Amino acid sequence: MKVNLKVWRQKNNNTAGKLVEYGLDNISPDMSFLEMIDVLNAELIRKGDEPVAFDHDCREGICGMCSMYINGRAHGPQTGATTCQLHMRSFNDGDTIVVEPWRARAFPVIKDLMVDRTAFDRVVQSGGYVSVNTGSAPDANEIAIPRTIADEAMDAAQCIGCGACVAACKNASAMLFVAAKVSHMAVLPQGQAERKIRAERMVAQMDAEGFGACSFTGACSVECPKSISLDHIARMNREYLGAKLTSENV
Amino acid sequence: MELESKIPAGPLAEKWTRHKFGLKLVNPANKRKYEIIVVGTGLAGASAAASLAELGYSVKAFCFQDSPRRAHSIAAQGGINAAKNYQNDGDSVFRLFYDTIKGGDYRAREGNVHRLAEVSVSIIDQCVAQGVPFAREYGGLLANRSFGGAQVSRTFYARGQTGQQLLLGAYSALSRQVANGKVKLFTRTEMLDLVVEDGKARGIITRNLVTGKIESHSAHAVLLCTGGYGNVFYLSTNAMGSNVTAAWRAHKHGALFANPCFTQIHPTCIPVKGDYQSKLTLMSESLRNDGRVWVPKRKEDSEKIRKGQMKPTDLKEEDRDYFLERRYPSFGNLVPRDVASRNAKTVCDEGRGVSKTGLAVYLDFADAIKRDGQKTIEAKYGNLFEMYEKIVDDNPYEMPMMIYPAVHYTMGGLWVDYNLMTTIPGLYALGEANFSDHGANRLGASALMQGLADGYFVIPYTVGDYLATIGSADKLPVDAPAFKQAEARIQDQIKQLLSINGTTPVDEYHRKLGLIMWDYCGMSRTAEGLTKAKGMIQQLKKEFWSNVKVTGDGEEMNQTLEAAGRVADFIELGELMVDDALNRNESCGGHFREEYSTEDGEAKRDDENYAYVAAWGYGGLNQPSVLHKEELVFENVKLTQRSYK
Ligand SMILES: Cc1cc2nc3c(=O)[nH]c(=O)nc-3n(C[C@H](O)[C@H](O)[C@H](O)COP(=O)(O)OP(=O)(O)OC[C@H]3O[C@@H](n4cnc5c(N)ncnc54)[C@H](O)[C@@H]3O)c2cc1C
Ligand code: SF4
Ligand code: FES
Repeated sequence: MKVNLKVWRQKNNNTAGKLVEYGLDNISPDMSFLEMIDVLNAELIRKGDEPVAFDHDCREGICGMCSMYINGRAHGPQTGATTCQLHMRSFNDGDTIVVEPWRARAFPVIKDLMVDRTAFDRVVQSGGYVSVNTGSAPDANEIAIPRTIADEAMDAAQCIGCGACVAACKNASAMLFVAAKVSHMAVLPQGQAERKIRAERMVAQMDAEGFGACSFTGACSVECPKSISLDHIARMNREYLGAKLTSENV
Repeated sequence: MELESKIPAGPLAEKWTRHKFGLKLVNPANKRKYEIIVVGTGLAGASAAASLAELGYSVKAFCFQDSPRRAHSIAAQGGINAAKNYQNDGDSVFRLFYDTIKGGDYRAREGNVHRLAEVSVSIIDQCVAQGVPFAREYGGLLANRSFGGAQVSRTFYARGQTGQQLLLGAYSALSRQVANGKVKLFTRTEMLDLVVEDGKARGIITRNLVTGKIESHSAHAVLLCTGGYGNVFYLSTNAMGSNVTAAWRAHKHGALFANPCFTQIHPTCIPVKGDYQSKLTLMSESLRNDGRVWVPKRKEDSEKIRKGQMKPTDLKEEDRDYFLERRYPSFGNLVPRDVASRNAKTVCDEGRGVSKTGLAVYLDFADAIKRDGQKTIEAKYGNLFEMYEKIVDDNPYEMPMMIYPAVHYTMGGLWVDYNLMTTIPGLYALGEANFSDHGANRLGASALMQGLADGYFVIPYTVGDYLATIGSADKLPVDAPAFKQAEARIQDQIKQLLSINGTTPVDEYHRKLGLIMWDYCGMSRTAEGLTKAKGMIQQLKKEFWSNVKVTGDGEEMNQTLEAAGRVADFIELGELMVDDALNRNESCGGHFREEYSTEDGEAKRDDENYAYVAAWGYGGLNQPSVLHKEELVFENVKLTQRSYK
């Protein structure tokens, strides 16, 4: 099949970017979207042009590296899937496909389709853990955790940290990402000791990074490749309010 | 060179405890004066960096991805082994030890493997305390499953995302230490060289992948936790960025590389579809618990299927060859990975393969669905079936899945002693980057265990012994000539790559190398094929260095340049793998030499002549590598031929 690509090209964070058009013939519907970009890049290199920079690694939907905004949707037209899980059979012969990077103040563009998501790491560093040193853990079966609770924690813990929720949100809010982590730890007994301080700190860091406010439109959850539920945001709001009422002022 | 494994004396079960007691300690108040570089933030690296920082050392952690959480470990699906015996089904530290030694076809060290089995139980405790949401029973206790043909249920798992959850646990511990100021994190930073002076590892040279800046980092010890080298085959189940560069460049400075030809080919992957294929996707091994592997009995039927004139479901039961069940009646579809893979290759080589390429066999769930109902199968494998359908665009509830073996794991790696130290003092290798625990074949769910064992429970003890010996003053400043010279060397290499300005993209060389490796140094090897491959690789190397096309420049984000450096190293490694495979005149585990097989095609090990670790020294540019042998001593297990008949 043939496709007409419009790809965001931007040399670095200090220069302006623009959409550049490329035509590709001979694309197989069985190709993954990223393999199609590989084909484009091989052509560009042969011509002596610079290939399109983009983040990717596992190419199976788990590392959270890939991050393309395709035809106005984070990770493209499929739901519950990352960019690397998208195949060309989701498009029609002759389609025009617009490919852009995540757009958010807290995710500055590094080059072309590649953005800086270290803000997420800093949010986790602010409190997304249980403080337990290596070697000090009790036997793993010491505390029984009801299966429903374990499942709920796992639902939240599945977040791959890709940032599609931020890219999909008109306010570029990181609520779903942060809520997933807060929720994962808030439901587990292991997370109780630091429950309040965690919610307070992570929310404070999220704000400091320049993510927008949440107006609960739900676009994040729709575009989330792991279908992280909005319930986690509701839980985080409760956690946060509860924490603030008895704040230790962190 | 005399290879000292430093395996402590004494009874097997007491070795580690005694050894720990004998190790020197660093005074708590002095720990902060020691700097440790940890390259890699996968399970091995993240767990090591976090644990060392908790002890008080000053740690610098590096990874090439944008976040430590994205290391390749994230992709592990199946689970992690531990000798907890929570199921009361007869598991024990000794049994896990024994299974691992036997599974590795008697090419691993007893001492190391026993330690691994011992600390496995603490790993699970640690991970649960961090909040890792392992699967649980209704009573709230941890669930286990049997994995990879093990006779006991000792595998812990978190849905199909065990690696992810374990890595997020280690990443959270690491993040906590970053917040505490004990770990300095360098993401999108690639180690390009090791600095050695006075025979000791002194630090590393890195390239900032965003700005292109070359930088020096000095430390008292350097830990390479940089993963495996499966991508030497181009197509593998590894993440795209996985590479051998850090280990290879350390090798060039004197770190021996052990058993490079021991690679694991996983039997259940989604087959290759076209030339554009960039990587292969693993379908969890657990599928073999219920799926039956077959191909048509007759070549003609396979041909019809390949041409689309016939569907697999049209083929009568008596026209199908359930080749694993036929050849291995007692283990059937659950034979170890290497055996399953080799048999799939054999039937495809006979022309009985399916799919358009002829390089696929069926994994059929029809009988399981009939027996247990679709609901049950869905509950067990729903995710995997969905994933398969997304990629292949075919419904595995109705049509048998197609699978083919793919490169998955590398048992070889940097040679390390019992302390995980390489042959360069002060340089350590952890996780998949070292060679130590899996012999010639790794058991399912044991890599995650080993990575975390090395990082959480071994290195925190052993590195202290070295540091206490050298003292905190023994560190080079980053403006020392050794660093400046290394920086200049790397700048030169980058300039050279950029100036060749040939016509062929890097990926094309990588693909070519992969094909050579797969054809001649893959599932089945011969002296003749390997000799041919050696010539082809040398030729490819010449072409690469005269005709590769690297666009852009060095002072910016340049993914082509990154790839070029990695492929250059893979080409050199490829040659060493071939040498190693040629040297090992026996078949063991993942290494199958056709000349050394029984009449019915089973592997023939040669314990008399090859019960050793082949540790290779770098011989210099275009010079032959030098073989060193570490004899393996077995005091606790009796060597037997594996048989799954
Ligand atoms: C698809 C798949 C499924 C698997 N499933 C299982 C399973 O179920 N159970 C099991 O036990 N094992 C499994 N394995 C194997 C297991 O996942 C790996 O062996 C293990 O995770 C390796 O961990 P590691 O920490 O050694 O390295 P990795 O996780 O590969 O980490 C390497 C790190 O090194 C960094 N790095 C590398 N080179 C450089 C450099 N030059 N400069 C800077 N940083 C560098 C990377 O950024 C990364 O952080 C699976 C493997 C695959 C491919
Ligand atoms: S919540 Fe979903 S979209 Fe947001 S980072 Fe996590 S996985 Fe990605
Ligand atoms: S490349 Fe890993 S999730 Fe897409």
